[in-house]
Amino acid sequence: MDVNTPDNDPIISAEQQRYATWLNWGMRSGLAILAVSFLAYVLGWLPAHFPLEQLPKVWGLSTAEYLKQTGAPTGWAWLNLIGYGDFAGLIGIAWLSACSLLCLLAVMPIYVRRKDRVFVAICVCALLVQLFAASGILSSVH
Amino acid sequence: MLNEPVARLRELGGLLRANALLLLLSLSLFSAGAYAANSLPVTSEMPWWGWALALFVTCFFLGIVAVPSGVGGGVLFVPIVGGFFPFHLDFVRGAGLLVAMASALAAGPLLLRGGLASLRLALPLAVLASASAIAGALLGLVLPATTVQIALGLTILGIVVLMATAKKSEFPDVLKQDRLALALSIHGVFHDAAQSKNISWKVHRTPLGLFIFILIGFIGGLFGVGAGWANLPVLNLLMGAPIKVAAGTSGLILTLASSSATWIYLSKGAVLAIIAVPSVIGMMLGAMIGARLLHVLKASMVRKMVITLLLFAGIRALLKGLGVWM
Repeated sequence: MDVNTPDNDPIISAEQQRYATWLNWGMRSGLAILAVSFLAYVLGWLPAHFPLEQLPKVWGLSTAEYLKQTGAPTGWAWLNLIGYGDFAGLIGIAWLSACSLLCLLAVMPIYVRRKDRVFVAICVCALLVQLFAASGILSSVH
Repeated sequence: MLNEPVARLRELGGLLRANALLLLLSLSLFSAGAYAANSLPVTSEMPWWGWALALFVTCFFLGIVAVPSGVGGGVLFVPIVGGFFPFHLDFVRGAGLLVAMASALAAGPLLLRGGLASLRLALPLAVLASASAIAGALLGLVLPATTVQIALGLTILGIVVLMATAKKSEFPDVLKQDRLALALSIHGVFHDAAQSKNISWKVHRTPLGLFIFILIGFIGGLFGVGAGWANLPVLNLLMGAPIKVAAGTSGLILTLASSSATWIYLSKGAVLAIIAVPSVIGMMLGAMIGARLLHVLKASMVRKMVITLLLFAGIRALLKGLGVWM
């Protein structure tokens, strides 16, 4: 470890700066969406797919039982129900989960320009993992 | 002339307020626990908004202690909410991942810009951790809840031992980088404000670190606890990153690993807005207060309190899983 040598100024790389900027905007917008959609849900501005008053009867059930009793969908099918407060709240959650994916897409061109092939490959792998998880393919795995 | 006594009085007042806050937190968590435990398993007289409010208040207090104790919100959230609230563990774990991810996302930009989180160090580890977190999440959702409760209890008790015994090395000595770290150019420089110095760092034992992050990601996805408690010692003690860089980079890894597992819980229908949203907002507001109280609260005291809370929550999860204490 070197301390205070002349050539070790803390320079934050361009990709790190860009990642931070995208992460910042993604996180702020995600939290705003989360808060607004939740208010719309609990204040009754949006109708609930499953009545709020009935929730204490089903939130102690396992996911499989809960889905059976409430008719809630799996995979990306909830997007068809975003007019309901219980599913509108999931938009903010999905947005926050997608933040890192967008940040990776944003920094990849920098690595490509620099011909940093290893980190381009690492970014591609990270993107594929995130896309695979987000795809909903695994929602049918039991 | 009066400045010194006044300053001491202010400091004393601050400490008293902080201790009162901690006492209030302990009492509220334990009484919430006792109430919730009595009202288990599923039905309760309390309306939905009462539980949402209790969740928000609990997470607010958990957020306050999460920052000064140096643990992520997820590891406190899952055993405490899973043990003392009437929600099924599937939904608690889904919300726990979201809590861990949101807290890390909130701190991420500042840490990246300050050089305290390293993208080059985080990305290779995060790829493996996020892939294994998917496997962990899938397994967690097919295992019986009692099995997960028992495993969660044992894991939390393991974390208690780790927290109580693990040492920290502020600036570990890394004499020689391994070949992989050299090939990936994993090194950097950060400004340590406490010492007013620029400090360059590098890492070693990268292959072993990569392997351990596969296990950490799996456990994080399985229990929905995030993994700050494990990331930090591996990055700091094993790989040799300075403690501040390890803490910052740990959060960055958490954003990627938790998000891949969150997708699984989301697509399986295991994320309920009524549980996740008050938790995230409460935890983030609490974390903001916790960051402000950093100078007032005694970190070692908060850490001891968190260890005690985790010990209690771990035993509770274990006994609940074994059917001894429903």
